[in-house]
Amino acid sequence: MTLTMQLRLEAYRRMLRIRRFEEEGTRLFREGTIPGAYHSSIGQEATIVGACLTLRDDDFMTGTHRSHGHPIGKGAELDGLMAELMGRQTGICKGRGGSMHLADNRVGIIGESAIVGGGIPLATGVGLSIRVRRTDQVCLCFFGDGAVNQGTFHESLNMASLWKLPVIYLCENNGYAVVTPLEGSHGQPSIAKRADAYGMPGVALDGQDVGAVFEATSEAVIRARSGEGPTLIEAKTYRFDEHNVGLLIPGAPYRAPEEIDEYRTRRDPVMLLRKALFDDGVRASELESIEAEVDAAVRGAVRFAEGSPLPDPAGVYEDLFTRS
Amino acid sequence: MQPSTPQHSAPELTKLTYLEAVVQAQLEEMERDDRVILMGEDLNVYGGGKLFERFDRNRIWNTPISEGSFTGLGIGAAITGLRPIVDLGIASFVYLAADQIINQASKLHYMTGGQVHVPIVFRSTMYYGASIAAQHSDRPYPMFLNVPGLKILSPTTPADAKGLIKAAVRDDNPVIIFEDMRLWGMKAAVPADANYLVPIGKADIRVPGNDVTVVAIAGAMRAALEAAKALSAEGLSVEVIDPRTLKPLDIETIMNSVARTGRLVLVENAHRIANLSSEIAATLAEEAFGSLKKPIVRLTAPDVHVPFSPVLEKILFPEAAQIVAAVKRLV
Repeated sequence: MTLTMQLRLEAYRRMLRIRRFEEEGTRLFREGTIPGAYHSSIGQEATIVGACLTLRDDDFMTGTHRSHGHPIGKGAELDGLMAELMGRQTGICKGRGGSMHLADNRVGIIGESAIVGGGIPLATGVGLSIRVRRTDQVCLCFFGDGAVNQGTFHESLNMASLWKLPVIYLCENNGYAVVTPLEGSHGQPSIAKRADAYGMPGVALDGQDVGAVFEATSEAVIRARSGEGPTLIEAKTYRFDEHNVGLLIPGAPYRAPEEIDEYRTRRDPVMLLRKALFDDGVRASELESIEAEVDAAVRGAVRFAEGSPLPDPAGVYEDLFTRS
Repeated sequence: MQPSTPQHSAPELTKLTYLEAVVQAQLEEMERDDRVILMGEDLNVYGGGKLFERFDRNRIWNTPISEGSFTGLGIGAAITGLRPIVDLGIASFVYLAADQIINQASKLHYMTGGQVHVPIVFRSTMYYGASIAAQHSDRPYPMFLNVPGLKILSPTTPADAKGLIKAAVRDDNPVIIFEDMRLWGMKAAVPADANYLVPIGKADIRVPGNDVTVVAIAGAMRAALEAAKALSAEGLSVEVIDPRTLKPLDIETIMNSVARTGRLVLVENAHRIANLSSEIAATLAEEAFGSLKKPIVRLTAPDVHVPFSPVLEKILFPEAAQIVAAVKRLV
């Protein structure tokens, strides 16, 4: 299935929402308004949005510590996400999650795991639950190239294949596990090839190309919905910032400045999509109207977050247990 | 949550072993609620054999040897509408699953600000005293006491095994149950009621008494009851308390007892450092120091691994004679 023009415009809108949200977030983090550590998704927007656009509203998703893009890609409102980053009571997780855990259950996200590889079994269990409940939902499981080396990846993909569970394993391969390059930690540098070992299809593709991600994920979703089981997709992408914004890396740089520059100037997924849309005849005014709408939404989210109350320390025990 | 035993007529009772009660509890909950599923290794043959025959393959998932991940599958299933019972078999294997239990199950409701619910039960059995050496003989519940967001149970009677497992399945939070192989063969009356529940968080006074309070946990209960009987023959009245729920602990029942006896012996088969006895002793020192007429005594396994050879393993766990001696020292 290829992206229709209508979906390409929606892809542009969502990718831009991630980009502008992250730019504002980075600014607010640098000025001290957002505490903790900030994990930006800038550079990885096409992979996230291309995959999310294949899902229905009632499908499930799990994500990672680089968690801001996932809910936005799946269609979440920005207000609660920005408020969460600022540790406000109105945050999507009431100020208990923060940058590594922007999970919005209203759009089907059951968790954003900051334990690398920790969300892979959860997503697989969602697949099992779908099977038991006999629905035709699917679960999209995001993880990074580092997570592929966790035991949970091996164990979960084996079970998903054994039981033909409706899960799409989508590896956002940005080339680096924190600062360790893929070739320094993977005996088999092709992540897609690992699918063979589990008896499922494995696809490698350009994660900066939203259309390519959409097509491959669509096929995997059709396969999952029809009971044929899981697929492993390796989307090759790139993060423009450090593992977390402002992370001080001692010694020699682990990425060549030319490499970063190449991605920023020639392989920026938002820029690539904008240019393709323009080349295909979308009027500049239409793109500008999307841009204005996104800017307003992000500004609104910042206003909402800044105007929101901080959590009451007396409520620190709330939600430790469900009141049943 | 209250036991639904009728108040005016005697409840119907059947004699079951501890292990039979464990199976019955799961069978009844699976029949009552389609959302309850069972996951674990070799379920087609061991333990839940009776269950495997009764339910289709969608309800019982016979897993590969992948504790670290099938535990997480259960958690993902719990978040999306099921109520899984994850059978981890031997308690030493719980360590393999600990990341998912602690980092996901115990934290997700809190970390998502209450957006997701994790109604799941983790079961395991503490095997020890069986010459199977240190990697199969752990009693690991103390490590989980330090994890917020988990309820921890360890029943010591067939009736409590049934009532607590059923209460755990109906609870909307993650519950971890440490059963005790030393109690498997114990046979006693169990309410036949399919809605018989034992409330989580409530201790049981197994033997009422006035001279010394003995709190015994899990399999240590056998030695404690034996000691209480022997001491009773000598005219000493020992109150034996079974916490049943290790967390949240019913400290009130223990403090009320010590307020009367002024003397406390804590018995458990976990290792000595930072176990449940440590926590009870610390809490009493803080909150009931004035009640204590004598120092608290802790009888536990020492800080050494469980050895294979029976002559070495035998000396590790407190026996009735040690409890008798401890009580006599206090009076």
